[in-house]
Amino acid sequence: MSMLLVQALNGLQFGVLLFLVAAGLSLVFGVMDLINLAHGVQYMLGAYVAATLGVWTGSFWLGALLSLPVALLVGLALEWLVFRHLYRRDHLSQVLATFGVILTVEEATRALWGSAPQTVLEPSGLTGGPMGGVEIVAGLIYPTYRLVIIGVGIVVPLLLWFLVERTRAGMLVRAGATHPAMVSALGVDIRRLFTVVFAFGAMLAGFAGALASPIFPVAPGMGDTVLILCFVVIVIGGVGSIRGAFIAALLVGLLDSVGRAMLPDLLRLVLDPSSARQTGAALASMLVYIVMAAILFFRPAGLFPGGRSA
Amino acid sequence: MTAPFHKTLRKHALALVTLLALAAAPFLGFGDGFALSLLARAMILGMAAVSLSLLVGGAGLVSLGHAATMGIGAYTVVAFDAAGISEGLIVFPAAIAAAAAYALVTGAVSLRTSGVHFIMITLAFGQMAFFTTSSFSSLGGDDGYTLYARTEWLGTRILDSRLTFHFLCLGLLALVWVGGGLLLGSRFGRVLRAARENPQRALAVGFQPYPYRLVAYVMAGAVGGLAGALLANATEFVSPALLSWTRSGELLFMVILGGVGQLGGAILGALAIVLLEESLSHLMVYWRLVFGPLLVLSVLFLPDGLVGAPLRLRAAFRFASPKRRNADA
Repeated sequence: MSMLLVQALNGLQFGVLLFLVAAGLSLVFGVMDLINLAHGVQYMLGAYVAATLGVWTGSFWLGALLSLPVALLVGLALEWLVFRHLYRRDHLSQVLATFGVILTVEEATRALWGSAPQTVLEPSGLTGGPMGGVEIVAGLIYPTYRLVIIGVGIVVPLLLWFLVERTRAGMLVRAGATHPAMVSALGVDIRRLFTVVFAFGAMLAGFAGALASPIFPVAPGMGDTVLILCFVVIVIGGVGSIRGAFIAALLVGLLDSVGRAMLPDLLRLVLDPSSARQTGAALASMLVYIVMAAILFFRPAGLFPGGRSA
Repeated sequence: MTAPFHKTLRKHALALVTLLALAAAPFLGFGDGFALSLLARAMILGMAAVSLSLLVGGAGLVSLGHAATMGIGAYTVVAFDAAGISEGLIVFPAAIAAAAAYALVTGAVSLRTSGVHFIMITLAFGQMAFFTTSSFSSLGGDDGYTLYARTEWLGTRILDSRLTFHFLCLGLLALVWVGGGLLLGSRFGRVLRAARENPQRALAVGFQPYPYRLVAYVMAGAVGGLAGALLANATEFVSPALLSWTRSGELLFMVILGGVGQLGGAILGALAIVLLEESLSHLMVYWRLVFGPLLVLSVLFLPDGLVGAPLRLRAAFRFASPKRRNADA
């Protein structure tokens, strides 16, 4: 039972990280109708910059904080250099061009930092020492840092919700997602709106990368796996819907973690141990995609259809 | 098909020249083992890319799971090899049938969605196939399977000759390209294109796009299976990496880079990507620093892909010399 609790917490924490990346992706997709494969690159850069600056400054937290403006600047630069020219193009061109950006940035990362995973400072100052734990139920100690991530993952979506639903800037973003031509006709500089949304999404992804750096290996390909899961999240949740992305992200995170832990054991009831382990592992990796295919089959627009229909 | 012959010829000139160059390559100094295996890989991927182009350009169906059909073709060869069967007359039809069956089942579900959702659901099925193959412990699991010997034909090891294999791939590539072109030009292809351009109007005229799309999807899957069976023979090694989503993406990039408007573009795209990757990676360590920007630039400056490049160049030159333009007018 405590095993299940740990896996559920791990799943929540993974889901929260997925949401931070997927939120930006969904906004960019919903508002600008841009399929940005290179969004995972922002996540990777966030992790690298946080790791490096953390070692320089001697504090993980300082490094993570400093990675935010860096991610923002990189996002602005990429938007200015490449993405700005893609808004009016069809999805296929966007896919090819943003893939080119992935190749370039990942290779540059490899050239600058090398292919080996980076060393990351332990986030210090948490109760129970560095990477210490908290006893959540009797006899079960869970790392504090992972709890912090879950906490951040609850606060940021609330802030984001407030920003999008309750402020003037958020109103423009929502209007821009559904009626871009009308918003432009009413005198709003839609280009600047796009740039701001894009840079903000890039910063969120970079933040997720910084948060993930002590838990997952910081290596050049780290953005790709997250990116593909984020697309799953967006499609399950409904394109352009922040609320949908949040629920779908938690669902995907939980399914993935709990499935990996439980499926081999469940299959052992019907199969012999070695094939149960193998089939279970394969089935667990597939689980997210099976669920996505099923959801798309029954609700082609996702769970919470919102924004422009794609 | 009613277009005059010279017009058809000019339209497909670039692809035709490419195929002729591929036929001449072994006799122009590219006959060594390394060059031939590289070209074979390019042609096989080109074949899969042409079948994907049939879906993307012809039917407007952007699949991000096409590598799965290739992987299923390759894994069929491997599974027969593990069972001690390597007769081509059994293995190749089986590979094609397996991939077509996969396409039929997944297509029947996927084609209920459209647009971005179609991209994602084909990706989902591709990932399922990927994880399934990595759980085949008797076929090496994640580590892959080394083929003991190339497929035989009526008991003869005819594929062991690299030159024979080169021309087999070339012949099949040409066949797929011409067959695909005829298909798109036929009544069947017209319905596909009509449904892509304007589904509502196609419906109003009395065509239900679904069955047409499904047939096209299965055909593309069958060609993917053929390409996979050839690829297993070319590399003599098969692993789940063949089915990964990045491989599906790569096929899609070949189609887009070459130009979605023409099937021949996929051949150009495949050749360009495979050869560019190979030559750049020999020139420098961080070759993607050049390759990546090249992809971005190709999108920004060649919207019609490589097949549209000559026309665009000509237009640019005309623009540059106003005298000539006046003379034309």
